[in-house]
Amino acid sequence: MQALTNRAQAVNRAPMTFWERIYLVNIFKGMLITFSHIFKKKPTIQYPEQKRPFSPVFRGLHVLNRDEQGRERCTACGLCAVACPAEAITMEAAERLPGEENLYREEKYAARYEINMLRCIFCGLCEEACPKDAIYLSETFAPANFNRSTFIYSKKDLLIPNPVTEPEAYAKAKGLN
Amino acid sequence: MLLSIDWILFLEKLILIAIVIFASLGIALYTTFAERKVAAALQDRPGPNRAGPFGLFQPFADGLKLIMKEEIIPNTSNKILFILGPFLAMTAALMTSAVIPWSSDVHLFGRVIPLQIADVNIGILYIFAVVSLGVYGIMIGGWASNNKFSLMAALRGASQAISYELAMGLSLIALLMTTGTLQLGEIVKQQMAPGHWWNIVYQPLGFLIFLICAFAECNRTPFDLAEAENELNFGYHQEYSSMKLGFYLFSEYVNMFISSVVMATLYFGGYDVPFLNESLLSPNVAAIVGIIALLIKVVIFIFFFMWVRWTIPRFRYDQLMNLGWKSLVPLALFNMIITGLFILWFGK
Repeated sequence: MQALTNRAQAVNRAPMTFWERIYLVNIFKGMLITFSHIFKKKPTIQYPEQKRPFSPVFRGLHVLNRDEQGRERCTACGLCAVACPAEAITMEAAERLPGEENLYREEKYAARYEINMLRCIFCGLCEEACPKDAIYLSETFAPANFNRSTFIYSKKDLLIPNPVTEPEAYAKAKGLN
Repeated sequence: MLLSIDWILFLEKLILIAIVIFASLGIALYTTFAERKVAAALQDRPGPNRAGPFGLFQPFADGLKLIMKEEIIPNTSNKILFILGPFLAMTAALMTSAVIPWSSDVHLFGRVIPLQIADVNIGILYIFAVVSLGVYGIMIGGWASNNKFSLMAALRGASQAISYELAMGLSLIALLMTTGTLQLGEIVKQQMAPGHWWNIVYQPLGFLIFLICAFAECNRTPFDLAEAENELNFGYHQEYSSMKLGFYLFSEYVNMFISSVVMATLYFGGYDVPFLNESLLSPNVAAIVGIIALLIKVVIFIFFFMWVRWTIPRFRYDQLMNLGWKSLVPLALFNMIITGLFILWFGK
């Protein structure tokens, strides 16, 4: 039969020689291999103290963004909810009242904004759909929990700290320090 | 006069027994830790390192966990035998240490105290008798569980132990032909004598056979057929829980420790330090040096046991029986004949 590649090797079906049959030589070789592994560098990452760095394109938990003056960027347009293939995003819009200009960037804002992290597939389509650069995916992931209801993240879980009033928490959330 | 017992001797032995038992248990405790560390090192992992410095309290955490678990005795089991199983396994494992010479005599309070619980003149026979009792732990535990996997494992374990005991005994006969005594203290003293090497030099083949059989007797990989996890779930201790399971697991480590001691004693000069004339030292120093030497040999053997475990996969059952009956027994007989011829021709 014509061989497809030239890499094929015939299986050696010769009867075992005496040294192969007593097996001890091969055991000894195997033991040398395992022994050499004692001196190898261990790739373990000691988890709670050391953490493996995420790649810059990692798609983790969502964050609702603010602008430089600490105003929420989200206008509750609903494009993220439409884009979401898992239908994990719900929101309710409200109109900005006079005197709230320091809180919300536009005249309309999200009064309620919820993401169900059990439904979310972390595809990042909401991030791409957002015209206001209001939602993006961070480099953390949802912590484990005992209760399903704790996985529905509301606005207060998602909003990034205010850069004007709490600059340290903001810097930490952005991973700047 | 019939009742005039040497009470001090009695007390002395009692203390020695207590020390030996607690030392064996303590060493077995840390052998479980060492096993996990060695396994980790051979597999490029750091191993348990969270409990205490370097994870040194890990064995206590493991033990505590086992004790806190719920004790379950299956309804359909034979309750008496079910409880007797782990008890027997542990007893048999600990009893062997009675005839081991741990070191040379200690001179204390004007008395000469031998560091051996009983220097009986049938030492090796005693060890054999007790080691074969260890099979009852497996047999009874497996049978009393009333579980088909446990029963299968018990059958395997028993037939394996019996087949390998034969080869082990035959390899020892050759050793006994060269030493001419069954007394363990005497065997060690012969190896310590100037101009006489350790028995491994005279009996390399015998030692190899003994080593392989020791693996089989301790139910260690590659011969851990009795607890083959992936074929028999967990083997003979499948139905056991809590500290009864702990006893079974623990007795394996005690067995490993004791068989390392026996191998060191029979073939590697016991408490002998190579190239050192112990009689030049003061007796107490010699005893301490001796016991350290013995323990170093034992640690090396225990490491070897683990090293093999994390290198070689398990034998298939028919391979195990083939190796035992078709290779080791004839080899041991051959070794016996060669030894006999040597003694006959060279007068040894």
